[in-house]
Order: sequence, then C-alpha cells, then structure tokens
Amino acid sequence: MRALKSAILSAALALGLAGTAQASEGVHIPEQSWPHSGVFGTIDKASAQRGFQVYKEVCSACHSMRLVPIRTLGGIGFKDDELKALAAGYEVQAGPNDAGEMFMRPGTPADRFPSPFPNDNAARAANNGALPPDLSLIAKARKGGEDYLYAFLTGFEDTPPEGVTLMPGMNYNKVFPGHQVGMPNILQPDGVSYADGTKATVDQQARDVSTFLTFAAEPHLDARKQMGVKVILFLIVLAGLMYATKRKLWSTVH
Amino acid sequence: MAQAHAPQFKNPVVKWIDSRLPIFSMLDHEYNQYPMPRNVNYLWAFGAIAGIMLVIMIATGLVLAMQYAANTNIAFDSVERIMRDVNYGWLLRYVHANGASMFFIAVYIHMFRGLYYGSYKAPREILWILGVLIMLAMMATAFMGYVLPWGQMSFWGATVITNLFSAFPIVGDPIVTWLWGGFSVDNPTLNRFFALHFLLPFVLFALVILHTAALHVSGSNNPLGIDPKGPQDTVPFNPYVTIKDGFAVVVFLIFYAAFVFFAPNYLGHPDNYIPANPLVTPAHIVPEWYFLPFYAILRAIPDKLGGVLAMFGAIAVLAVLPWLDTSKVRSCKFRPIYRQFFWILAIDALVLGYAGAMPAEGVWLMIARIGTAYYFFHFLILLPLLGKLERPLPLPASICEPVLKGGGRVAAGAHAKPMEKA
Repeated sequence: MRALKSAILSAALALGLAGTAQASEGVHIPEQSWPHSGVFGTIDKASAQRGFQVYKEVCSACHSMRLVPIRTLGGIGFKDDELKALAAGYEVQAGPNDAGEMFMRPGTPADRFPSPFPNDNAARAANNGALPPDLSLIAKARKGGEDYLYAFLTGFEDTPPEGVTLMPGMNYNKVFPGHQVGMPNILQPDGVSYADGTKATVDQQARDVSTFLTFAAEPHLDARKQMGVKVILFLIVLAGLMYATKRKLWSTVH
Repeated sequence: MAQAHAPQFKNPVVKWIDSRLPIFSMLDHEYNQYPMPRNVNYLWAFGAIAGIMLVIMIATGLVLAMQYAANTNIAFDSVERIMRDVNYGWLLRYVHANGASMFFIAVYIHMFRGLYYGSYKAPREILWILGVLIMLAMMATAFMGYVLPWGQMSFWGATVITNLFSAFPIVGDPIVTWLWGGFSVDNPTLNRFFALHFLLPFVLFALVILHTAALHVSGSNNPLGIDPKGPQDTVPFNPYVTIKDGFAVVVFLIFYAAFVFFAPNYLGHPDNYIPANPLVTPAHIVPEWYFLPFYAILRAIPDKLGGVLAMFGAIAVLAVLPWLDTSKVRSCKFRPIYRQFFWILAIDALVLGYAGAMPAEGVWLMIARIGTAYYFFHFLILLPLLGKLERPLPLPASICEPVLKGGGRVAAGAHAKPMEKA
C-alpha cells in the first residue's frame, strides 16, 4: 500500500520534471534570474525604460506592438508630460474629417503604438517574405517567455555550424525552432546610447528589451504579485482561524 | 437527529413566508440538520469545493461576458482589452481561466474519492450518473470557453475536436458543417460557442441541484462505506461540516490563488497568445491538461471512428459503473485486492494524461495504447470479476465502533447541543 503510494508520488514527480524539460522542445533555454522573477519580484523600471529605448530605436522598424497604448509606459516611470511628448512624436491616422478624408495627426498617450507596416502583406513584402511578429504579447506567446527572448536575441551566430546550409536571406540562431530565421542579428554593441550611462553591450540590450517586453505583455505584473501576497497572507490567517474553530467544535465529537 | 422535527421560526416574516413557501424549513432540513456520517474525511470536502468553483466561474464569467466580444475580428483584441484596460480585468480573467483547471482538479479528486469508497453503489447510482453528466457538461463548457480568446490553440483545438464528429459514417460531415455553421471553424462557430458557453454553466447548476437532491435522499457515504445506524453515527451538517468544508475550501483557495497571482499562465499554452490564423498550424495541437487522458485514448486507436468511440466510451463506462462493480462492499478499506487495482487505475490515468501531451508516435503511442487497454480492462473485466472472486475483510458493526475504538464513549451532548461545550 505504502509502496504503491510512493510509486504514484515518484511517478507524478517524474512527470512534472519531464514536463519542464520538454517545455523547451529540444533546445535548452537557460533560465535567467530577472528582478521580476519570484513571488516578490517587480519589474526593473530603469531596465524596462532602457528596453523601451531599444524597442523604439531598433525593433520598431519592423515589429509592431499594436495592442499596447502609449500611456502604458506610465507603469515603468514615464511622467505625464513625458508621455505626451513621446506620443506626439508618432503620427497617427485619424478621420474621416468633414471632407470624408483620412488624415494624420500627432499621437496622444491614449493611442496605441503605430505599426511600421499597414498590414501583414506589406510587412512580408518588405522583409524577404518573413513576417516580423507583433511584440505586444511576445513574452507570453513563446515557450520560455523572457528567458527565450533573451536567448534568442543573444543566440545569433555569424557563421552557421558545419553542415548547416542557410537558405537565402536567412540567419542562424541557436534557439529559434529550426535555427533559420529571417531576422538578422540586429543588436550591436553600442547600437543604442543609453541616457543613464549604462554600457550598451548586446547582453545588456537583450536583457533590457526582454524586461520591457515582459512589461508590455503583462503591464499589471507588479500589481498582480503585490495583491497575491496580500490575498495569500489573508487566506492563511483565515485558514488558521477556521482550523482552530473546527478543532474546538469537533473536540466534543471525538 | 436531536432536532429532527420541523423548526420553529421566531421571526414573524420568516414564519409567514415559510408557511406559504417552506424554503426556510427546506434549508434548515438540508443544510442545518442534514446528518453527515461523523467519520467523513477531508476528501469529502471536494464536493463543496467544486460547488464553490462553479459559483466563482459563473460570477467571474458573467462580468467577463460584459466586456468580451464574440467576433473573430475583435475577440482576441477584446480579451487583451480586458487584460489591460478593464479595472481588475486581468484578475477576473486569470481567476476564470485558472478556475477552469481548479474546477477540474476538484471534480477529478471528488470522482476518485467516489471510486475509492464505492460511493456509486446502491442506493447512490442516480447520484453517480448525475455526477458523470456534470463532468460531461463541464467538459463541453470548458472546451467552448477555451475557444473564445480566439488564439491559435483556440482555433486549432476547435478544429480538431469538431472534426471528430466527421468520423461517423454518412451523418458525420453534415454534423460537422452544422456544428460549425459553415465550412470551417469561423465566426458563426465562435458566436454559437459563446452562446453555449454562457448557457451550459446554468445547465450545470441545475444538474448540481439534482445531484445534491439525490445525495440528500440516500445521505452521504463515508470512509467505511457502511450506513449510519443512528444519531450516534452522525453529526448535523451545520456547524460540524460547514466549518470543516469551509476550512478545506480556504486551503484550496490558497492553492488556487498561488496559480492566479504567481503563475497565471502555467496551465495555459503560449500559442494561445498568438491570434488565431487558419493558414498556420501550430507544431503540436494540445488540449488543456484536463482533457489529456481522453485525448490519449482518442489517439491510441489507429482508426478515427474507433478512437472517437473509445473516447466517449471511456466516459460511458463511468456511467454504468454501478452495474459493472459486482461487489456489495463499498469501501476500498475492506477490499484488499481492489484497493491495489484502484491505485493502478489512478497511475494509469496519470500516465494516459502524460501520453496525451506527447506526440502520438513511437514509445508514447505504445504507452497510450497499453494505458487505454488497461483502462477498459479495469472497468469492463476486472471490476465484474473482482466482486465475485475477492474476499472482503469483515465490516465493522457501526461507524461509531471503529471511530471510538481505543476507549471512550460518545461524548455526551455531542449530537444534541454542539455549542454548549465550546
């Protein structure tokens, strides 16, 4: 009986472990330690702001982020006037006006980030047939999440390993499924210059932009975890009180 | 019971209503005085936990439905609006999405508890069958709910599952077209799935009421599987079981909250954060974890129709379980051989679940086939034979006897005025 029970337990454990191993589908995605990992982890706002700079100056040339309103950046420390100035830097289509014509106007914080291409076909046409995915949810839409993003961004190799022939226009990446990806190795050392003086190594940029994309996919991450701590503490206290009451009540029965 | 007579209400309004519509008497009878076997353990709390889960799902689902738009063009974006812009929308959606998993966890434990302690045997056959219907309704509801966010897994899961019906000869294809409301999973499909996803929980609620009504006719089973002989074997539901179930519910909520707040997407699939695209098929189409054992059975059979029949058969055998198990002894405690096979069945279900998550090829296909064969062997061959061949251990004379063994008598007043000693 006991043997069977422990057999079930070990089977369940083995399944759990195998489940985690299988999550990366062959390619190992090393787990990074992020300031937002764990129960008490919160988004590193400075890093997320630098990551936004990388997104704005590098990624956004090809990648849209169509589900994210500009005002969302308030969550990583942008002030109202900064948001207004930032938004005004974008041109947003509006209309139709009284003449029935669409027109362009400066953006407001309530607008979403404008997309670099009018539609998927235009994006493909400009990118050798490859479609740069929308980045709004990318940190939740890939196995491994931000660990995958970091591994992907730092996983390019200029020369593919022996025996791998790249298709025309493709680039080699260690973690991308199939290893051939349309996106070039875009992050360069000092490709951006950070206002806060942080040295813009490729590793640093990859980290920052992964942090930013985690925030973009889950802007309420900090609020969620903070509420979670309170909820669980409350429930533990309530459970304790209920258990004590139950013990007292049932003491007259047993 | 000590207060088995009709209650006397002091409040004149309550009295007035009760003499015309005896809801207060009914509630008093079913949830205050209702005698519970005094030896029930915490596994009996999972019925209450499942009930709470249903209420949480309906409450959060109602509010989500106010914000959600069932149209293929905007469904995905409307869910993201809930996540980003609706006040506490992220909380509502994560509570609802993880709630489905928690509901299944509670119901699966509830069912395995029924299997272990023989709760499906006479006179509880209809109670058990209603439970199987509840599980079926839950599965339909959960499946259609997963389609609503209109991500890649929503779309392709819906395509795979609805296509199953095409396995039936002649009527198959017309049925699939009828289900889709067109010639592929598309806007009409999403619309009707939303309508049905809203309707089915209330059907579920009605089934739960019937399930509870049937339970209160026969009374609850207990770990010994013998009927209570009198008031000394039972405690009134309130306050004894309300506090015990309440404590169990709160502990379960801690487990639930851990997922909602700290790993809200752990039980989901990343591909469902990619908008549905009929032109791009995901590498692996996997259903939610709670369908995996059934998915493994479906794929274990090399023939499509055979697979579909086996999958539905896996649930159908549960419905006729009261007549497959020929043993008169309910509890596993007194069935030493069946007890071993119960645990093998539990492992089998886990193994099938794991095989269902794996690509249907090579060793995993073989394991799924063995697991499927064993599942049906357990219910169709083992259970009928075991009832005849097994020699059960002697049953105790009453519930009181083993509970109080090791000295002591029934505490005076234990079943009369519970609060007096507290």
